[in-house]
Amino acid sequence: MSIFLTENSKVIVQGMTGSEGRKHTARMLASGTAVVGGVNPSKAGQDVDFDGASVPVFGSVADAMKETGADVSVVFVPPKFARDAVLEAVDAQIGMAVVITEGIPVHDSTYFWAHAQGGSTRIIGPNCPGLISPGRSNAGIIPANITQAGKIGLVSKSGTLTYQMMYELRDIGFSTAVGIGGDPVIGTTHIDCLQAFQEDPETEAIVMIGEIGGDAEERAADFIKANVTKPVVGYVAGFTAPEGKTMGHAGAIVSGSAGTAAAKQEALEAAGVKVGKTPSEAARLMREIVGA
Amino acid sequence: MDLFEYQARDLLAAHGVPVLPGGVAETPEQAEAIAREIALPVVVKAQVKVGGRGKAGGVKLADDPESAKARAQDILGLDIKGHITHRVMVAQASDIAEEYYFSYLLDRSNRTFLAMASKEGGMDIEQLAVERPEALARIPVDASVGVDEQKAAEIVDAAGFPAEVRDQVIAIAVQLWDVFTKEDATLVEVNPLAKAPDGTVLALDAKVTLDENASFRHGDHDALEDSASADPLEAAAKEKDLNYVKLQGEVGIIGNGAGLVMSTLDVVAYAGEEFGGVRPANFLDIGGGASAEVMANGLGIILSDPAVKSVFVNVFGGITACDAVANGIVHALGILGDEATKPLVVRLDGNNVEEGRRILAEAAHPLVTVVDTMDGAARRAAELAAA
Repeated sequence: MSIFLTENSKVIVQGMTGSEGRKHTARMLASGTAVVGGVNPSKAGQDVDFDGASVPVFGSVADAMKETGADVSVVFVPPKFARDAVLEAVDAQIGMAVVITEGIPVHDSTYFWAHAQGGSTRIIGPNCPGLISPGRSNAGIIPANITQAGKIGLVSKSGTLTYQMMYELRDIGFSTAVGIGGDPVIGTTHIDCLQAFQEDPETEAIVMIGEIGGDAEERAADFIKANVTKPVVGYVAGFTAPEGKTMGHAGAIVSGSAGTAAAKQEALEAAGVKVGKTPSEAARLMREIVGA
Repeated sequence: MDLFEYQARDLLAAHGVPVLPGGVAETPEQAEAIAREIALPVVVKAQVKVGGRGKAGGVKLADDPESAKARAQDILGLDIKGHITHRVMVAQASDIAEEYYFSYLLDRSNRTFLAMASKEGGMDIEQLAVERPEALARIPVDASVGVDEQKAAEIVDAAGFPAEVRDQVIAIAVQLWDVFTKEDATLVEVNPLAKAPDGTVLALDAKVTLDENASFRHGDHDALEDSASADPLEAAAKEKDLNYVKLQGEVGIIGNGAGLVMSTLDVVAYAGEEFGGVRPANFLDIGGGASAEVMANGLGIILSDPAVKSVFVNVFGGITACDAVANGIVHALGILGDEATKPLVVRLDGNNVEEGRRILAEAAHPLVTVVDTMDGAARRAAELAAA
């Protein structure tokens, strides 16, 4: 098992014909993902060739779903058009929309998140690398060749720290790694992933990576205390970040005394999470737990 | 981006929110001229992006244009909690009968917007929220629905505004929502929202934070940026589209991905404890791609920082494999030539790491040391910075 994404997932790409969309669709296909279509209203009816694999372009998410049975959409649409792209995916009731796009105005993401409430679409991101269930499917831009399938579940706000951790623990491997994104408002949270990993029989232990800004890690700590029986190892980035400065990710900002790395680490440790001081130490802690 | 008070005031006025007449001045003479145009007395207020101006001597009353000039003279150049005053706002002074509070903000935790309102304004709202939470109404606003007159009435009634100002505050609440959404703000805060003795309700002071991700639909927002007081290195980095934040340390940092770079800063700070408290000099994320040109631009900025004693290049080769990153570093050093004068510690990991390390070894640049682990490389960079 894995969470959210399996070998049966059928993936479409919104923005497949753009340069990023094209590049990463090729990578998704190469790592064995069932990419069944792209969406671009002005190129509907065409086929795009990816190294011999021909992928049809549809005029809308709804058309693509009807023709292919797609249940996951990966969104590479530029910030200006991202809101409408996600709304289209939500209105078509696709199972999951993975929003890779960085730089979406927070009014737009707050709007599409509100619009998706009560609907049937899980939103991942925005400003995220997507998710991968190694050996099964890869929806987004996570490099597939740095790890393998295994028993660790990973959830992270940061892309490169996700890759770093997947690589350090590649001999043990991962059930699913989810990059939830670094924006102030995101769809799927640490808590959603922790819950899914807790329920996934294949996941034996969980790595949770957080960073400064907001209170998602503190909330996750409360959730872990009450609901997670599997071992959790944590890592938090941004201890040296100054107050009031945005550190790369739009959501990574300490405001006054709120959102500090120290408060997050403390909350996680109080919930029984072993928190590494560096990514490598977190990897080492995980290695001790799973005994490999 | 946080705005100055005068910018926030202009933005509010543009959306119909009642404010007092006034203007912004960079010299005492300009302040005097503004005071001549508006009703006396006037208030001269330091324009700094920090609270506590009044206590620091940054807000003064003036009865006539000459004293407005003198007060501006006093306030311009004033250091308020490390912020130098470059401008003052001169506005008509208003007698205040009552002070209220009103704001809209992004509520990250609940992924929604929040209206906050109180009939007890003027004071520090965070203090009010702690000491008398019942005096501060907090009403969630669904982003897909927004604030119309009915919603505004719900907010205003929840805060218990007096009946004689209710209609005025409702109208202002709708106008402020207009500011919040149409300008892509993440904060619009009016404190105080004041009732003048004649019963008119006005926004006397405002804070606005704009979402820089939305600048593509606001061509006019660029002009609001305070480029004068920006750090020169941050300004130079921005010119080159680099994601750079200046910090107060000695180890220059370049990495790919915001999380990895934040982590690199932390690891360098831990390592620096051993070497007399050496700290990271900056945050610089060159993005997942890590191309040679971006690497060269980034190195150029960091090497031009006189505080930097050593540089730590920390890259995880994912989408761009390590051999391409290594070629990028070699190429970047070639572009910089003699401008590269400080030792570089490079840590590469990920795809094609062996080939990447081989390329760096073969180039054998005299300034470059390759260390295999992030923790080890941080230690080496800190050691070099302390030497």
